[in-house]
Amino acid sequence: MVSYLATILIIMVIYILLAFSLDLQYGFTGLINFGLVGFFGVGAYTSALVTMNLGLPAWLSFPAAMLVAGLLSWPLGRIALRLRDDYLAIVTLGFSEIIRLVIVKEDWLTHGVQGISGIPRLWPNWSSSASELFLLCALITAAALTTLVMRRITQSPYGRTIQAIRDDEVAVIALGKDPSIFKTQVLVIGGAIAGLAGAFYAHYITYIVPDQFVPITTFYIWMAIIMGGVARLLGSISGAVLLVFLLEGTRFLRGYIPGVTDAGMASFQLGVIGVLLILFMRWRPQGLFGKRSAT
Amino acid sequence: MSMLTTTGLDLAYGDFKVLNGVTMEMSLSGLHGMIGPNGAGKSTLFAVLSGFSRQTAGKVNFAGTAFEQLSAVERARHGFGRTFQVPREFKHLSVRENLKVGARHQPGESLIKLLLAPGEVRRAEAAISERVEHTLDFLKLRAVADNLAGGLSGGQKKLLELGRVLMSDPKFILLDEPYAGVNPVLIEEISARISELNQQGIGFLIIEHNLEALNRLVDDLYVMDRGTLLAHGKPDEVLADAGVRAAYMGSH
Repeated sequence: MVSYLATILIIMVIYILLAFSLDLQYGFTGLINFGLVGFFGVGAYTSALVTMNLGLPAWLSFPAAMLVAGLLSWPLGRIALRLRDDYLAIVTLGFSEIIRLVIVKEDWLTHGVQGISGIPRLWPNWSSSASELFLLCALITAAALTTLVMRRITQSPYGRTIQAIRDDEVAVIALGKDPSIFKTQVLVIGGAIAGLAGAFYAHYITYIVPDQFVPITTFYIWMAIIMGGVARLLGSISGAVLLVFLLEGTRFLRGYIPGVTDAGMASFQLGVIGVLLILFMRWRPQGLFGKRSAT
Repeated sequence: MSMLTTTGLDLAYGDFKVLNGVTMEMSLSGLHGMIGPNGAGKSTLFAVLSGFSRQTAGKVNFAGTAFEQLSAVERARHGFGRTFQVPREFKHLSVRENLKVGARHQPGESLIKLLLAPGEVRRAEAAISERVEHTLDFLKLRAVADNLAGGLSGGQKKLLELGRVLMSDPKFILLDEPYAGVNPVLIEEISARISELNQQGIGFLIIEHNLEALNRLVDDLYVMDRGTLLAHGKPDEVLADAGVRAAYMGSH
């Protein structure tokens, strides 16, 4: 039971980090990123490979994951920021699928579809449950630090200007400020946060395959920030918590509904979340803690 | 004297010329008006002057700087401000925050300065806040200072846009229909503010359909029709001109 709770909390906090990443990009800056999971995946693979192939201590692989996922956002920004909002959505979605396909194909490095197993835990000499708790503590610390960084960024003149870019880019240009610099930085920071989440995921789950990094995860995080409320840190946190409760809660329902298969249950979970999203849009478009609607 | 000049400015889409050889020269300290029927190319001219559209031929010179190859951001940094026909307020930010975004020299817009020089950021922010309070009073926006800009009336949005561009320390401002959708009392108010700013040394070129209000405000009028400059002169003389009247009445 403790282990199950730890698992839930770990997934929850990883989702919170991903929600921060997306909220910085979309909620605050208006960048539609449909490829979030790509940066999550890059973080996971980078941290696994750095630990296993280079033999570096596990903790060093975390900054490496942030660096690689962040840097990978930079060329994406250069290409995509010439495009208008909805094109960025398509480009990022394609980008994350390309990342996944590269991971599948480059099996000399990534072991392709077989994935990477035996990723060391954060504290390999401890028992697995102790190590898990240690990872949870490290993850919560990292999330708390990320919250501070997010606060510093968003509640500053910088945060004001990225929100102005979200509301009206043309007006920002007319004031002599170049939105593309801000947007590129936000993509890189968001990428790094997603990469950090990926590194924790890899060292927690200890086994990664390309199929764990499919677009549905990106859209889970979208659901989280929409339900929680965009452009609010509390919105990202509450949305991610609500999302995990829904995903896990519907799993328990299975015992009460006879004759449902695993696949059927997965669809049922999505259905419940879908209905909830519609109800949110109808009755509370600003989300739990948001001040404005998501669109 | 500092000037804004354009020479043979063209903007063509295929065979259709939206701007056709616009050549003009105006002082940067003056109050200039621009009128013309809908579709005459006035707003397009503004877009080309401010760098949002690129001319197909011709030159723009602002206070001795060749402008025609500069981006819109660079032009704004030279002190060339503008507002828009349809207000572009930052709708989810408060009126105060909207004005603050206009301020130019805030080191806190750099992530590095934000982390390494918080004191410098704070001092800049205090100076900006002070200017914002002054601007709120100057434009009589204090009562709505904490409201979200998206909820303002049309006239208030026009004032806010003016205030925001003022925060960016412009030498010269293009105003696109500052009186559109504004009630008569507020029109007088806006005119008075523009005059006051002009006396402080800021020049204006104003597109406006409210001829009466514009006439009272500006030193000279430019008339555009079908992408060309039709006339230029003192407001009364220009408005008395038969060709101008014909263009406006649509009898051509």
